[in-house]
Amino acid sequence: MNTLPYFVLIPLAGAFLVVFLNVLTRNKVRVISEILANVITLALFIMTIFMFNKSGMYVIGKWVPPLGINLVLDGLSGLMLSIVNLIAFTATLFSINYMRRYTANNYYYALFLLMLAGMNGVLLSGDFFNLFVFIEIASIASYALVGFGTEADELEASFKYMVMGGIASTFILLAIALLYSQFGVLNMAYISEAIANSEFNILLKFTLFLFIAAFSVKAAIIPFHAWLPDAHPAAPAPISAMLSGVVIKTLGLYAMIRVMYNVFGFNGGNLLAYMGIISIMVGGLLALGQMDMKRLLAYSSISQIGYIILGFGLGTKLGIFAALFHLVNHSVFKSLLFMNSGSVYHRLGTRNLDEMGGLNKVMPITGGTSLIASFSIAGMPPFNGFFSKLLIIIACIQSGHPMFAFWAIAGSIFTLAYYMKMQRYAFFGSLKESYKSIKESPFFMSVSMIILAILCLATSFLLIPQLRDAVLTPAVEVILNADTYKALVIK
Amino acid sequence: MIYILCLILFFIGLYGIFCKKNLIKIVLGFIIMENAVNLFLILLGYKNNGIAPIMTKSMRLDEFLASSVDPLPQALVLTSIVIGLAVTALMVAVAIRIYERFGTFDITEIKRLKG
Repeated sequence: MNTLPYFVLIPLAGAFLVVFLNVLTRNKVRVISEILANVITLALFIMTIFMFNKSGMYVIGKWVPPLGINLVLDGLSGLMLSIVNLIAFTATLFSINYMRRYTANNYYYALFLLMLAGMNGVLLSGDFFNLFVFIEIASIASYALVGFGTEADELEASFKYMVMGGIASTFILLAIALLYSQFGVLNMAYISEAIANSEFNILLKFTLFLFIAAFSVKAAIIPFHAWLPDAHPAAPAPISAMLSGVVIKTLGLYAMIRVMYNVFGFNGGNLLAYMGIISIMVGGLLALGQMDMKRLLAYSSISQIGYIILGFGLGTKLGIFAALFHLVNHSVFKSLLFMNSGSVYHRLGTRNLDEMGGLNKVMPITGGTSLIASFSIAGMPPFNGFFSKLLIIIACIQSGHPMFAFWAIAGSIFTLAYYMKMQRYAFFGSLKESYKSIKESPFFMSVSMIILAILCLATSFLLIPQLRDAVLTPAVEVILNADTYKALVIK
Repeated sequence: MIYILCLILFFIGLYGIFCKKNLIKIVLGFIIMENAVNLFLILLGYKNNGIAPIMTKSMRLDEFLASSVDPLPQALVLTSIVIGLAVTALMVAVAIRIYERFGTFDITEIKRLKG
């Protein structure tokens, strides 16, 4: 388990190195930061493959918990780590060509690596205050990245995101302070043990409420979603892919599930399921009316996050399994869709669906991969989205909530409708005269889109029993059984 | 009692964020809220007439524990002040850039994004 700190250390060191090397070369050699960022994200992804299916704890500075800080790897964080680093690798690959339009690339890569370090830290941390610090590192880097273009829209979106995210972070800190005042420790496993042995009083309920509200802001679940439809379209395309694909899941969903299930041992009743249903319907309805391609995708993210929350909220084994499966699938196809929109923007310079049309004729790779992604997210067999949505609907019926299943099916019809709309406006139909001469997106952008399109098909195979038991089942076990997490830390 | 004052400070910050129309006032509200939480955290470790949490050879362990303040919240607050500084600096920087683009700090006039 001695490799665990490197998941945080390598990107953190890389972030400083990128800026430092650019100062040494006086900002003349752009390639250095590009190569460095890509090598780091690829190395981290390869490391996660070797860490698969292992569990254990690393104690920082030999200060044994509950006194010191510990990093914990178990089934859930292992699964999330591999997705985060995979999407990060494809995003940096995509950035090579895409970020040529911006200046100050070295700062872009530095912020990107900082965000990655923060997310890996959130996934591994076993200590509440450490969790807060890593959440803040990832959030601050993402605030800056949203405003990276420094145009009017981007700055406005960034400020909105910053204020809402800042309030959420303050709530998290307040909740942590309340927990410390009651138990005198900050280690998650020890607090979990103490909560299990004590009465669930009003102060603990208030703490839990603060945590749920704060993480819902970070995950953009419906009453707290206002920042997402502005922030995701404003960011550069690879960052939108990261934000929608993994950031809202790591900072919001993962942290919420870890705190609710593993620390508080509280499965939410049906609260999460209702929040999920509202997110599915409202997000879907708002997405239907959008004419801005990335804004449509951003509302679609809210709607799909609703499915994941619905699955977690059911609390049954199948429900949680389906939610995790949908989480993996959503990060793959939503990143791909945002990269498609980035590729279109790179060539056409517009995100407005009205101005597109017939792009399949000139951009076959972008058109083809976006068709695959749209089929996946709308739930067409044999792509991955079909299986995860089907499993969520079956889980709803199995746990005795046919109404939830009805709303989930209705939401999936909306999903199909707005992706048909996007395909119809952007990639099918007649090509405009002025766009006859545009070319397919550059090499690295195409490569990363093709990798993700293949993954859209490949993740369906996670349902094969051997793969399922190796990848998803350990994560489900961790969520359902808080004792396995405690046993890792308390010896 | 002192905790209630902290809570009042926290709500003043929240009021500033939600009800003020000037970007700078929103930032100030954010700072007040952040510091209310920091104050609450540091008060958790406070003791009346407490001594600094440094143990010398002449002290006995139980006496030391009874009279010293809790050092952990102080370390936490230091970290959270630094984080708060980073967020505030970024907020002010973005607010200045917004002023350059829009020519105003009034959020009712800065609303190009909707729908």
